[in-house]
Amino acid sequence: MSATDVLLWVILPYVSLAIFVIGHYWRYRYDKFGWTTRSTELYEQRLLRWGSPLFHFGILFVLLGHIAGLGIPKSWTEAVGISETGYHALAVITGAIAGFCTLAGLAILIYRRRTVGPVFSATTKNDKFMYVVLTATILLGLSNTVLGVLGHEGADYRDTVSPWFRSIFYFRPQPELMAEAGLGFQLHALSALLLFAIWPFTRLVHVFSAPLGYFTRPYIVYRSRSAQLGNRRAPRGWEQERVGGGRR
Amino acid sequence: MRVMAQMGMVMNLDKCIGCHTCSVTCKQAWTNRSGVEYVWFNNVETRPGQGYPRTYEDQEKWKGGWEVGRGGRLRLRTGSRLKRLLTIFSNPVQPSIADYYEPWTYDYDTLLNAPVQEHTPVAQPRSLLTDKPMKVEWSANWDDNLGGAPELTADDPVLKKVSAQVKQQFEQTYMFYLPRICEHCINPSCAASCPSGAIYKRAEDGIVLVDQDRCRGWRMCMTGCPYKKIYYNHRTGKAEKCTFCFPRVEVGIPTVCSETCVGRLRYIGIVLYDADRVLEAASTPDDQDLYEAQRSILLDPNDPEVIRAATAAGIRRDWIDAAQRSPIYALINRYEVALPLHPEYRTMPMVWYIPPLSPVVDALTETGHDGEDAGNIFGAIEALRIPVEYLAGLFTAGDTARVTGVLRKLGAMRSYLRDLNLGRPADESIATAVGMTGRDLQDLHRLLAIAKYDERYVIPPAHAEQGPEQEELDVGCSLDYDEGPGMGGWGPFGETSGGVTPIAVENFHMLAGRQLSDTPAAPPTKDERVNLLNWDGKGAPEGMFPPRPEDSAALHGRPDGGGEPPDSPAVTDPKP
Ligand code: HEM
Ligand code: SF4
Ligand code: SF4
Repeated sequence: MSATDVLLWVILPYVSLAIFVIGHYWRYRYDKFGWTTRSTELYEQRLLRWGSPLFHFGILFVLLGHIAGLGIPKSWTEAVGISETGYHALAVITGAIAGFCTLAGLAILIYRRRTVGPVFSATTKNDKFMYVVLTATILLGLSNTVLGVLGHEGADYRDTVSPWFRSIFYFRPQPELMAEAGLGFQLHALSALLLFAIWPFTRLVHVFSAPLGYFTRPYIVYRSRSAQLGNRRAPRGWEQERVGGGRR
Repeated sequence: MRVMAQMGMVMNLDKCIGCHTCSVTCKQAWTNRSGVEYVWFNNVETRPGQGYPRTYEDQEKWKGGWEVGRGGRLRLRTGSRLKRLLTIFSNPVQPSIADYYEPWTYDYDTLLNAPVQEHTPVAQPRSLLTDKPMKVEWSANWDDNLGGAPELTADDPVLKKVSAQVKQQFEQTYMFYLPRICEHCINPSCAASCPSGAIYKRAEDGIVLVDQDRCRGWRMCMTGCPYKKIYYNHRTGKAEKCTFCFPRVEVGIPTVCSETCVGRLRYIGIVLYDADRVLEAASTPDDQDLYEAQRSILLDPNDPEVIRAATAAGIRRDWIDAAQRSPIYALINRYEVALPLHPEYRTMPMVWYIPPLSPVVDALTETGHDGEDAGNIFGAIEALRIPVEYLAGLFTAGDTARVTGVLRKLGAMRSYLRDLNLGRPADESIATAVGMTGRDLQDLHRLLAIAKYDERYVIPPAHAEQGPEQEELDVGCSLDYDEGPGMGGWGPFGETSGGVTPIAVENFHMLAGRQLSDTPAAPPTKDERVNLLNWDGKGAPEGMFPPRPEDSAALHGRPDGGGEPPDSPAVTDPKP
């Protein structure tokens, strides 16, 4: 186990995760106003109608796949009687379909970004950088799947990448596992680490406000005039006293 | 009974001259920013006409508002919550910028920097979205004054529903203006469509607002609102809407559009309503009964029972008082001359309209008849089916009898008062013909024709009980609240990131205080405080400049003394 391995598979992941978590906390505290999808549907709808659902449904499936593949140990699936080949076939087929939907959607979205005038004008440097990293990660990931189908896969990723991934969260990192994995997996993991590190500072923060609360809240929201009056917080001890019961 | 107060507006369409002053002043106040170039919180559309955005009233196409579904249950036209979330990645029915219009400016630089040449240089229109030269083909008001009729008016969704024979003669006989703001609905479908719950109705006054910190740009509200009064700021990625000028209303002054209206045709006041019965009223099966249903949930503010319930619900005495004097309650429920815009959208809109009678009178006068004779007017209202059917399409879901009833009242008022003005004996039969008394007609006339500022706007100020000492404590820069721009400019995610400066009632109190005070900005009790943010240009703020010895010397030296006492800290403008 070399120093490079420790750097790449221990230090880098923790740095990336720390930035991811603290970054989101900080961004939420600091920049709620900037926390949005920055939808461009107002400018263009025809391409978006195809690109966005393809990409989103694809990537959400890919996400589920990653949770299953990285989170669930091999011993568990074997314990419930799913054979190695069966698991593999399932993973490759769904992964490939979801991956190609994602890629097709992404291609449409990027084409749209570049060719539709107003959308292009509204694309920031931040967006461009995010797209480069996101696309690289997706392409590297998908190429692993394709190589796997063609039989070029090195070691089974469920013996290397997955235990390594879980070891990070147990705080007992095992970089040697990752060092054994194929180059494709290594590159994919590295670009994903970069993606996580920039995530909180891009438009991707919208993923964490997926509006699931919509199902449970009442349709019409009532709120009282802000308890905080004026354009600064009341100094301590000067907070407004509530008058006349709960709702005024 | 659960009593809630609701701020509302009534507009008297007879008086609208289509000058767009309201739109322009509103835009100056609220939407003269980038990202909302195409947005008019207040717009004035010529009817018949397509409106803004184009054909927004066609709910078959745009899917705004509520409908009664199977089993009589009220549901959004866009379907279930699940369906909206599944289509969140690309909203299937959202107006695009072309339906509003692509905002533009002119390339003024060419005019300034063109070399000497034979022909006058021309400033080309340039898109504000792409910066590229563009062809101006549509705007918020392209069909103003029936411009482009009859081709463009043919697409008016209200006109499409009016019978064919009526349609053909329409343009020659009738035209009026319809100023529109957000309706601040009692049952807002915009709020119901918002996945994040960022759109809320204020419990105190019913004003519907978008929480800019919670909006995530899912843009479902744009589809949800049948009046298309939610706009997407394409720079910030957040929804924005008419705020009913809440910072003004909170201190008791009317909205900008009302304040500046040339025709003085807007009325603002509050109504009390029974929140427990909103759903039931909005689910009324027959569209044409919705007008009555909505009127029935408005409570009589003079009823002791209602007053007791309102007090129990925490509504203050001065608010109940304002509800009793409310001009909009009088126009809606006492005289029954105001009608809601498109009640069939079932959002329970709270900006109501008195339909226009003038065109009927004009038509009579043009044909040589006495346009103010009660008999003539009544006859004409029946005969001129055209306007009545169209107005019914706008205000009563097609119920022409209601519109006729209102127009007859307005006609009766005209002829009754003409008699009085000409010194003739009052003809009480005119009043009884429309089910009113002469006294009623005089009161209605007073409210519609001569009511002064404080009768047109009965706006109880919000209760912002807060120690006045608060201001005294404050010695810092007013931008230095937590996370404010005073903490180091805009954030790294562009000009819109970071905290927003809240607009608050206090700022306006301070503004009002300054405008009415005799002293310049810096109060004499505060030592050495220089606050440029509060400086309104009256004189120089104290402490800004060191006293100039030669000035005071010169003043003393001048025989006439210059009129300036030497210890005066600054020049004071005369109070207007
Ligand atoms: C979890 C639920 C998610 C929801 C509800 C959601 C919703 C949205 C919405 C409404 C837009 C704006 C589309 C438009 O009108 O322009 C958008 C854009 C986008 N989303 Fe998501 N998203 C989700 C997850 C994700 C994930 C997991 C990713 C990637 C890792 C992602 C990446 C993007 C990107 C790159 C865009 C910009 C598309 C473009 O305009 O070029 N989203 N998302
Ligand atoms: S008119 Fe105003 S309150 Fe009513 S649904 Fe539209 S935006 Fe919401
Ligand atoms: S300012 Fe008044 S008169 Fe002029 S368009 Fe607006 S509502 Fe009509």
